[in-house]
Amino acid sequence: MLSSKRALTFGAGALASALALAACSSGNVSTDSGSGGAAGGKVTLNLATVNNGQMKDMEKLKTEYEKANPGTTVNFQVMEEGDLRAAVTADVASGAGQYDVVTIGAYETPQWGANGWLVDLTPDLKSDSSYDVDDILPPVRDVNTYDGKLFAVPFYGESSILMYNKDLLSKAGVTLSENPTWQQVADAAKKVNSADTSGICMRGKPGWGDLFAPLTTVVQTFGGNWYDDKWNATVNTPEWKQAVTFYKTMLDQSGEKDPVSYSFNECLTALKEGKAAMWADASVAASMLEADDSPVKGKMGYAHMPVEKTKQSGWLWSWNLAIPSSTKNKDAALKFVKWATSKDYIKLVGQKIGWSNVPPGSRTSTYEIPEYKEAAAAYAPITLDVMSSVNPKQPGVNPQGWVGIQYVSIPEFQDVGNQCAQLVADYIAGRGSVDDALAKCQTLAQAAGDKHKS
Amino acid sequence: MSVRELDAVEAKVATEPRRVNKKELWSARGLLLPAVIFLILLTQVPFVVTIVYSSLKWNLLYPNDRGFTGFDNYKSALTSGDLWPSIVATVLITAFSVILSVLIGMLFAILLDRDFRGRAIARTLMITPFLVMPAAASLIWKYSMFDTNIGILNWLSRALHLPVVSWSTEHPMLSVVIVLTWQFTPFMMLILLAGLQGQDKGILEAAQVDGAGTWRTFTWITLPHLRMYIEIGVLLGAVIILQVFDPIAILTKGTGGTKTLAYLLYERAFIGLDVGQAAAYGVVTVILTIIVATVALRTLFKVFMAGGSR
Amino acid sequence: MNRSVKGSLVTLLTWVLVLAFFFPVFWMILNGFKPESVASSVHPKLFFSPSTEGYQLAMDRGMKGYLLNSLTASVTATIIAVVLAIPAAYALSIRRVKNVENALSFFISTRFMPLAAVVLPLFMILKTLGLLDNIYMLAVVYGAVNLPVAVWMMRSFFLEVPFEIIEACRVDGAGLGREIFRVALPLVLPGVASAALITFIFSWNEYFLATLLTSSAARTTPPFLGSFVDGRGQFLAVLSAAATIAALPVIIAGWVAQKQLVRGLSMGAIK
Repeated sequence: MLSSKRALTFGAGALASALALAACSSGNVSTDSGSGGAAGGKVTLNLATVNNGQMKDMEKLKTEYEKANPGTTVNFQVMEEGDLRAAVTADVASGAGQYDVVTIGAYETPQWGANGWLVDLTPDLKSDSSYDVDDILPPVRDVNTYDGKLFAVPFYGESSILMYNKDLLSKAGVTLSENPTWQQVADAAKKVNSADTSGICMRGKPGWGDLFAPLTTVVQTFGGNWYDDKWNATVNTPEWKQAVTFYKTMLDQSGEKDPVSYSFNECLTALKEGKAAMWADASVAASMLEADDSPVKGKMGYAHMPVEKTKQSGWLWSWNLAIPSSTKNKDAALKFVKWATSKDYIKLVGQKIGWSNVPPGSRTSTYEIPEYKEAAAAYAPITLDVMSSVNPKQPGVNPQGWVGIQYVSIPEFQDVGNQCAQLVADYIAGRGSVDDALAKCQTLAQAAGDKHKS
Repeated sequence: MSVRELDAVEAKVATEPRRVNKKELWSARGLLLPAVIFLILLTQVPFVVTIVYSSLKWNLLYPNDRGFTGFDNYKSALTSGDLWPSIVATVLITAFSVILSVLIGMLFAILLDRDFRGRAIARTLMITPFLVMPAAASLIWKYSMFDTNIGILNWLSRALHLPVVSWSTEHPMLSVVIVLTWQFTPFMMLILLAGLQGQDKGILEAAQVDGAGTWRTFTWITLPHLRMYIEIGVLLGAVIILQVFDPIAILTKGTGGTKTLAYLLYERAFIGLDVGQAAAYGVVTVILTIIVATVALRTLFKVFMAGGSR
Repeated sequence: MNRSVKGSLVTLLTWVLVLAFFFPVFWMILNGFKPESVASSVHPKLFFSPSTEGYQLAMDRGMKGYLLNSLTASVTATIIAVVLAIPAAYALSIRRVKNVENALSFFISTRFMPLAAVVLPLFMILKTLGLLDNIYMLAVVYGAVNLPVAVWMMRSFFLEVPFEIIEACRVDGAGLGREIFRVALPLVLPGVASAALITFIFSWNEYFLATLLTSSAARTTPPFLGSFVDGRGQFLAVLSAAATIAALPVIIAGWVAQKQLVRGLSMGAIK
């Protein structure tokens, strides 16, 4: 060990300068990472995006853009959500400038916009009447706006709805209204539940974007929330306890067997295979349940997200394209972003890939296209209805100090949400009590909230 | 020639007194230097930077609020109560995985040491789990083995009219250990198989002739002979498994007492995004591992250093 | 008679266990040929009409480029590790420096360093130097990660070289370079192969550093594999196909060079 200590001191001395450089550079040092500059009219755009269907369709269609814009190459980097966050955050926060276009969630946009990391898109989009920025669904525009400026444009948006297998429900003699309550859903789940089929499938995988996406909306409709409007954490309230206990009881009585493993994809499989009768999750799931290879195509019913004390309980999420301020190809990036979120792009997807694959939840006009209306008849109306009626400024019973539904748009939230999700998941798995979990979570949330009290 | 004899030969070569003049010593240092400098540049320098970061208040998402905070990050790291459970999780997962893969690896090594038709093919198939990319291996276990609906294990349970097992929820640590054991059993098997094949067959036959049963021959002759191989397998397996991250990220997300130090560090750095705090956790972890490593290294040296105390 | 029956039973048992153990890999390969909806079916299907859709999709999304990057990174890392390890191991075995143990523990202790602890600083340093998303830089990092094991491994091979040979060579007045490369190295070529194989395998499969230190031009296969993990939809079939392609080079390398693998894994302790 002696020599490694010596080596350490040696390293410290000899390379102090390099280190000082690294530690203190504030992100203005640019790197040339192969994204050829504007020289000679040739531009390579590096785009970091999340791996889901709509993005992969865009990857397929990028050649259309490249054909229409000779000299521009668009380089797609598709990543799993967690990796995308790690890679893009490290890049943008350090100003490394490796990416010209990034895909970020509604959670990130206002924070990154406030930090000055993103190009303000408002002037360019407002001045372009053919882009029609007002066509973007208002709640989605709200969550991507900070200080009156639009920092990212939605590529795809979703709310959450309740999906149910009509056959299984009617076999058990259960009917559901368009606007059910959670209690009704839990009762229905219990009746439908059998040894072979679980009554309901709900996310239990620990993660702020997994378990806590639906669970936060449940808490909110039960009257709770993460913080009050003065940033006091409110996790140790009776409303939280009631909501979390309700969630666990429902899972215990009629949920899937292995909740810690289950999130969107696992529930999707369970529903498709007839292993679960109901599912409250992202509205985009409907298009997958109605896909041609789905065994339950045409057998599904859709309702609003169940409620308790509020009128609506759907969440609001969008994946958006944004341009980091560190890009060297701002104009080319902007042009591409406008293309990929335009009305024409939506039609292009419809024609080239299929109308049921059109990215939903971004533009009102999408829901007026006759071909789409026909292809998505089962779920398009309810999606538009829910997405336009949710209120990200006050989703719960009481006013809140941030814009957003199933998340809190402060930097600490993904950490707090994740740790709380692990605590709650342990409670759901029967390791520990709800009071302990929520008390610990309250402490974590309060520490984060304290930083935002003014 | 047995391993012990080989050791003895090595010992002679390695410790033979030589006239080492100054010039030779310098040229020897010259030989060593490139590797040492290279490693310092790539591992020690980032570590020194980590130490510097650990004294900074620096959350990636608060670019305008940066400064020196002294030991605050360490204070929060040590008082958060995250470290101790992580140490326990790391030790338990590493220990269980290593022990199980040694035991199962031993079983396979003994079975594959026999001569039978298609032995080469069987051995080749056995190695494969170790060669599959770790992240892919975890995903495949999660979906096609453990899943309550589409997993093969639960399909088997249902076929045998046994209750369905919720692996990640009910047995989080076991799930992680199973995946790791599956990946590392071939590793142990290969090492132990080499040990078995290096055995003096004459001694074994003599023991048989003397009427020692299979079990006695194994415990009295084979096991002592394999001791060194087991030690090597355990130590090297432990070094790699200590850093393992994928099965936890994919199967349990750190619930149910599976949040290992490697996963904790990842969480602090890439979910917490607090560079200062993450660095403090990193430094503490490095100190802890160095302490453990020093103990482990002593044993390693005993195994590897020719002319050691064995 | 009784004995041979017992023998066949043990052979049967061996095969059952081996096949059970191999099953997840077999299932992965099989799933790669299934349509997505069959791969995630509740009733596991052994027989189905195979489709190469998953493979097609993986290749269409440019897998070749990622495989090439992986190859460049792994081969370069292997060369770096071996080239640096040979002289160092020589100095730690035949031309003895003082404090061999200290040097050896320095090397191995760097292997204990948790990557997650140093990756952010490494990112910042590389950013400052303009070396992010550079395939050779990634190879240099992999070289450093694997160098300690390579040094340990090579050292135990050099220890086997009979000292008389070296001495004879020195008496002939051969220089140091000749002593290492003409005399000792040919005797330890299997060791070089082992070190190279291990470095290659670990570099090929590395995911974490590749995700963070590369963005586009230098992306390797593992992060590309990760891109098949879909947040909104099923992906088991296409992931299995891509994982099979990605694992193939390493599996073949491991199968062909089983002996070197054993030595490599044990860092040269097993001959």
